[in-house]
Amino acid sequence: MTTTRTSGEPAVEIHDLRKSFGSVQALDGLDLTVATGQVAGFLGPNGAGKSTTIRVLLGLLRSDSGSARLLGGDPWRDAVALHRRLAYVPGDVSLWPGLTGGEAIDYLARLRGNPDKKRKAELLERFELDPTKKARTYSKGNRQKVALVAALASRVDLLVLDEPTSGLDPLMEAVFTQYVREAKESGTSVLLSSHILSEVEKVCDTVTIIRGGRAVESGTLDDLRHLTRTSVTAVVDRDPGAIAALPGVHDLATSPDAAGTRVTFDVDNAAMGDLLPTVGALGVRSFTATPPSLEELFMRHYGDEPAGEAAADDAARAGAR
Amino acid sequence: MSTLTGTGSLVRFIVRRDRVRIVAWSLGIPLLYLAALPEYVLMSDDATGLQARAALVRSPAMVSMTGPGYGTDDYTVGAAVANELVLWVVLALAVMSILQVVRHTRAEEESSRSELVRAAVVGRHAAAVAVLVVVVLVNLLVAVLSAGVLVANDLAAVDSVAMTLGIALSALTFGAIALVAAQVTEHSRGATGISFAALGAAFTLRTVGDMQELGGSWVSWLSPIAWAQQMRSYVDLRWWPAALGLVAIVVLLLVASALASRRDFGGGLVADRGGRADAGALLRAPSAVAWRQQRMSLLWTALGLALMWLATGTVVAQIPQMAESLEENPVYAALLGEGDLEKAFVGIVVLYAALGAGAYGLVATLRAKAEEEAGRAEQVLATPVSRGRWLGAGLVVSSIGTAVVLLAGVLALGAGVAASGIAEPSFGAVAGVGALYLPALLVLVGLAAALYAWVPGATPFVWLVYGYTLVVAMFADLFGLPEWARQASPFWWVPDPLTADVDWVHVGGLSGVAVVLFALGFAGFRRRDVATR
Repeated sequence: MTTTRTSGEPAVEIHDLRKSFGSVQALDGLDLTVATGQVAGFLGPNGAGKSTTIRVLLGLLRSDSGSARLLGGDPWRDAVALHRRLAYVPGDVSLWPGLTGGEAIDYLARLRGNPDKKRKAELLERFELDPTKKARTYSKGNRQKVALVAALASRVDLLVLDEPTSGLDPLMEAVFTQYVREAKESGTSVLLSSHILSEVEKVCDTVTIIRGGRAVESGTLDDLRHLTRTSVTAVVDRDPGAIAALPGVHDLATSPDAAGTRVTFDVDNAAMGDLLPTVGALGVRSFTATPPSLEELFMRHYGDEPAGEAAADDAARAGAR
Repeated sequence: MSTLTGTGSLVRFIVRRDRVRIVAWSLGIPLLYLAALPEYVLMSDDATGLQARAALVRSPAMVSMTGPGYGTDDYTVGAAVANELVLWVVLALAVMSILQVVRHTRAEEESSRSELVRAAVVGRHAAAVAVLVVVVLVNLLVAVLSAGVLVANDLAAVDSVAMTLGIALSALTFGAIALVAAQVTEHSRGATGISFAALGAAFTLRTVGDMQELGGSWVSWLSPIAWAQQMRSYVDLRWWPAALGLVAIVVLLLVASALASRRDFGGGLVADRGGRADAGALLRAPSAVAWRQQRMSLLWTALGLALMWLATGTVVAQIPQMAESLEENPVYAALLGEGDLEKAFVGIVVLYAALGAGAYGLVATLRAKAEEEAGRAEQVLATPVSRGRWLGAGLVVSSIGTAVVLLAGVLALGAGVAASGIAEPSFGAVAGVGALYLPALLVLVGLAAALYAWVPGATPFVWLVYGYTLVVAMFADLFGLPEWARQASPFWWVPDPLTADVDWVHVGGLSGVAVVLFALGFAGFRRRDVATR
């Protein structure tokens, strides 16, 4: 990287951010941090406030209260200067009807002030995008590719990506993941809003889950997993009653099995250390422990709300992949 | 017929979506008659009042604003209504019909909203037929209510019905033209543009024809607007010109239907070609993109209007002959004196040219709102482009476009006048009159910008101001508007150097107001949230 970065300060630091539209409280005391050089996943059901947060960070919306810092500056007051150092991909890309995809890419790159012809050509090839088509003939996925190519072609300190892969096929998503990794290696910080859990799992260092305009969970993926339970299935020779007596074991069920007794249960990750000697003493024939998937994590925070339906769809899609 | 399945539901849906518009149009036109009638009745109280009016409307300048002049020998209230109001009611209802048809056909397809509708149990032609049904119903409703107002004011019932029905048919002809245009182009803006060009051509043809002789020449008959006027309501009623409208509508609908069956959903007849893979060297600023987006509509608007004003300018040569026939009329001679006929006529046409440029300027300026709603502004504002630079780019391009449309129009008019062998007013004088309208037009553009910046939801208000400007320009005398009401129109402050000295204080005042409005726009846009639909 040639640009110097304000060392020590996070790329994004939001504290107690509030924003309302009329009677709708879009952000209700949100906290969010993206450490410099890290990829931060930003998850939440539809209408949780992800895009609102991003628009505040881009200086498009003015927050009602709270603080937001972006690359060491004020996102509203220093918008123009800060935008030299970031690139943005909106969730729903709309292009200029009379321009071709290639023209739109060049236009956005030139506005940012650092066009790189070679990199554009490389990205066009990797994303298999035909730049000569008029914008209105592109599908949703191809419009998204235009914005992605324009953003990734610029060398910046921060990438702000709002559901950037929602219209891409799995192959293109893999290409995208690779570029995000590459950006991270070169020191770029990334804020990635997404519904696609496999994508988040692949590239994100930290995750923040927001709901109703506030962060309900945030930390590294390991941190988050730690808060949940592991599913265990085992076949043992002796009576599994001892397991049920352990603290932190839930939903235990037994069934006869040709080799002994099959037992399934969930265990708090914190209680795992006490569990293993107990199970080991029962004569283990087989043992499977499944760590909690991000889906489960996700569903726990999304669920029991109408918006959860859409999230469940996404989770199902991600799971089927 | 399976291609019409669902038409009934769509009709109800359109009525629900447009209930405010429909009510506004249905009441607005009868109210126009209601406002104008007392003035004519007042004139008829005085023995010479209406006759003086008749002489006035036979002057060349007024012919372009009125009709073919039937009944001017023995001007009655009815003859005055038919001669002077039909043109404007047809224009208003034609605009309504065009906008309504495009709004519910091509604009819906373009936004892919109708994709949702068409995927349901709805036939291929249902949307087009549904909007036609609604437009026919609204035009008929306006006709019935208007006829009611006229009959209630002691005008002959049969003539009233004939006139309002003739108006409805003329307006519907333009609705049918819009339907054809909506099949040909892929974009609603293109369809609207083609339809308005047809309306402008019809206006010009009628003016030219009616100036050639009393009652109009064969040129008048080429214009659907004239068909309503040629029914000679309240003078010597004849019904058959209405049949021209019916035939034209049927033919146009058959053409639209044939075109619609041939093309794909969402597509036009003219397919898009590919373009360049890399942007040209100049495409590096918001102003360059604004220019790219507006240049075609600017070109066509400027060209179309310029042709219209060129044709109108050549008509000035006819004025001396008209004047001769008028000179025999003592009332007229007393009214206007001599020698000013050409100047008065040119002054009116320059006013038209300015109104045309003003409409273009508002449309071009309000594109910023569409850019913002589509999310394209957001993408640009996320780059190192300040709010002011982005808004300024749009305003510079729309303001220059407005000036180009205005100047192209008055230069063409001046050229037409000069080509017809008239020395006074000179080419330069005509161009000068036109240029003086620029500050007033920039007031309109600035108002649109300020509204957009502070209360984007209120931008339609600027069209009310535009409509008010038009009403003051055309009807201030007829409605007997008080001075303060006239002064509320920016055009009132525009000096006319053909008839008086230029008051530079007015010019400076208008420019000052424009500057303040632009500054307000920039100040407002810097502090508000950028919204995306």
